Amino acid sequence: MNKNCLICGVGGQGVVLASRLIAFAAMDTGLFARTAETIGMAQRGGSVASHVRIGAHVYSPLIPKGEADLILALEPGEAVRALPYLKPDGLIVVSSKAMRPVSAAVAGGYTGQKMLDYLKRRIADLIIVDTEAICRQAGSQQTANIALLGAAAASKRLGLSLEQIEQALRDHTRQQFFATNHKALRLGADTILKGEHGYEDA
Amino acid sequence: MHDRRETKSLRLLMGNEAIALGAMRAGLRLAAGYPGTPSTEILETVAKNNHGSIHVEWSINEKAALEVAAGAAYSGARALVTMKQMGLNVAADPLMSLAYVGVKGGLVVVAADDPGPISSQTEQDTRHFAQFAKLPVFDPVSPEEAYLMIADAFAASEKYGLPVLLRPTTRVCHGCASIELLPDLLVPQPEGFVRDPGKWVIFPRLSYRNHLKLEADLPLIGAELSALPYNRIEGNDKAGRGVALSGISYAYAREIPDLDDMRILKIGTPHPFPERLARQFLDGLDEVLVLEELDPVVERALLQLAGQYHLPVKIHGKLSNNTQNAGENSVESIRADLDRFLGRAAPAAALLDDRPALPERPPVLCPGCPHRASFLAVKQAARGKKAVFCGDIGCYTLGNTLPLDMVDTCLCMGAGVTVAQGVERINPHTLSFAFIGDSTFFASGITGVANAVYNQSEMILIVLDNATTAMTGHQPHPGTGRNMMGQNAAPLRIEKILRALGVDFVEQADSLDLPAAVDTVKRAIAASGVRCVIFESPCVMMDKTAGKKYAVSAACTGCDACIKLLGCPALIRKAEAAFIEPALCKGCGLCAGICPQKAILEVQADE
Repeated sequence: MNKNCLICGVGGQGVVLASRLIAFAAMDTGLFARTAETIGMAQRGGSVASHVRIGAHVYSPLIPKGEADLILALEPGEAVRALPYLKPDGLIVVSSKAMRPVSAAVAGGYTGQKMLDYLKRRIADLIIVDTEAICRQAGSQQTANIALLGAAAASKRLGLSLEQIEQALRDHTRQQFFATNHKALRLGADTILKGEHGYEDA
Repeated sequence: MHDRRETKSLRLLMGNEAIALGAMRAGLRLAAGYPGTPSTEILETVAKNNHGSIHVEWSINEKAALEVAAGAAYSGARALVTMKQMGLNVAADPLMSLAYVGVKGGLVVVAADDPGPISSQTEQDTRHFAQFAKLPVFDPVSPEEAYLMIADAFAASEKYGLPVLLRPTTRVCHGCASIELLPDLLVPQPEGFVRDPGKWVIFPRLSYRNHLKLEADLPLIGAELSALPYNRIEGNDKAGRGVALSGISYAYAREIPDLDDMRILKIGTPHPFPERLARQFLDGLDEVLVLEELDPVVERALLQLAGQYHLPVKIHGKLSNNTQNAGENSVESIRADLDRFLGRAAPAAALLDDRPALPERPPVLCPGCPHRASFLAVKQAARGKKAVFCGDIGCYTLGNTLPLDMVDTCLCMGAGVTVAQGVERINPHTLSFAFIGDSTFFASGITGVANAVYNQSEMILIVLDNATTAMTGHQPHPGTGRNMMGQNAAPLRIEKILRALGVDFVEQADSLDLPAAVDTVKRAIAASGVRCVIFESPCVMMDKTAGKKYAVSAACTGCDACIKLLGCPALIRKAEAAFIEPALCKGCGLCAGICPQKAILEVQADE
């Protein structure tokens, strides 16, 4: 199995953790994994993206454009930014919550709605996750990344099961946050399993 | 992050972790460095996995780190020095001389290059630095290759008695890969320092003799390095075409399905150049495309060989304007380069012309960052006066973004304090400010202050002391008192250092208490000579406990003063009023203080 998954968002949203968890889960099932992460200056509120590549014969740490099987986007505008990486029949799992850049807050404008509308128009396989509601239910504002992972696993497009991601979460994150994270993972998966937010399958 | 369940010895390692563990496997005894993206995690990994047999230190700067390591290597121990590419400029003095003096124990200098650049001031190429210093350099293609390479770099350093450079690039440093950990190598105990003034004391006569030897040795070293597995020829030569690849460009090119229809030269040790292998590669080829990041190092070496041996081969690359001269390569750029080289049509890119305008997200100061308050205090105190604000390297370079707009210059580590002195000489009626962070102050700010006092400058130094090296991920420094061996040292007090340097006006203030902070800066403006204000407030990222939060009350008139003055990521406009994102607010209260309506109030944190 070869899978390319791009996780994008804004610095501080937990993009790196999400990508590591996918890589750990893949390795735990005996697969080779490679990632590329954004660390450093760009982290401070900037656009960040982590590339995860699973399977043999993977050389470039970055996913070549047009070859991502799925994009997990923690922010609608960042999903649109990452579109050049998506395969023609690729899946996007996107958080509905917009993060307003400081420049836009100063100048006014940007709500993310235009981005979501565009995605709905252009992307056949789109899962919109209400991470704001999930974070509220899970009891932590910092679990949107885990919620998207749950939805991605439940979509069966990640090539890794929800249980495998769950195990990676158990093994590779702090015990004290597990219960909260686990809740967010399950709630994210419910987005698809219970069809709560309309999995718009083609 | 924990990694308990990774199968046997196979681990997901970041390139920097791989370099550290590879060095430890090769008998590392001392590791020193200075934080700098993308190199920082190497030393942190050594410290994290150290069982006490290795001395690990964040040195005061890169020059100190290399000298400390040289002392260890003189004594026969294997020593590692880590830095980002520009750190090598700071360490250039010892490095250039070390090439002549040599080492006994293996000494590997990791200087991480940053094509792009992604978080650096320059795109300098450490392979070029290696040529300049006449030292061997390794250029890894991936984390797994870097893991193996560093052991060979130590072996080469010991064998040839020279420091050896390892030059990973950002995508190697910050990429992770599944890596199989190998057993430790058997490395003899260091012999200890053996007195030999004819060897360890550099004098012109010794330099001349060793220079001759170095020039004689380099081709021999190049020939030996040719045999390492990191240099190799692959593919088939069907049409007289070849492609030469250095470092990570090899990984990008390997994504091209029909790459093997050409003869491929993979270069892992660009200097001294593996000439024998390269001649074998060039033999019979008509055209060669060179793909490498930053400078045309391999390209020049191949051109030289072609000229020297009158080979009828055309070399395409940066010098012939066939490939880009700046920035990083990618699968896409290399695919396009190869398409042009092979004269085939480029595939059509997916059309995304109808995308809505994307939000711009330049990096900004974090919500609750005390630097925001410090910049605001200086801005308010200097309002209406002609002033120049000289910035420096760290998170606070981000003080340049709107609406703060408080950084007029930024050059290199520690330059703010000295550039401010030059600005003032030519603009005597302008207030000359310099901003410097605590770690940068220790690394290279102290000499600048001494210079200002001695030469009787008129300037105001603002020290932004957040008690850590924040930008690179919170490394300790002499002011924190903690070191990498887990020991507590007496913290060096910046205030005492400034007074000892002869600065009479030194005042401390908490910038989050804005009115008091503004008054302090105003007093500094009114005084003369070298004046220093130290803003002390810890980095907001270090305090992970849920503290205070603020919210906008109904009294908000929507004047947007908070948004337009502060540029805090937590502050946004919603409908008719300002709104504070609870998930982002760190409770610094700066907005509450500046709100003209006093409409921002402290609320109970809900998590």
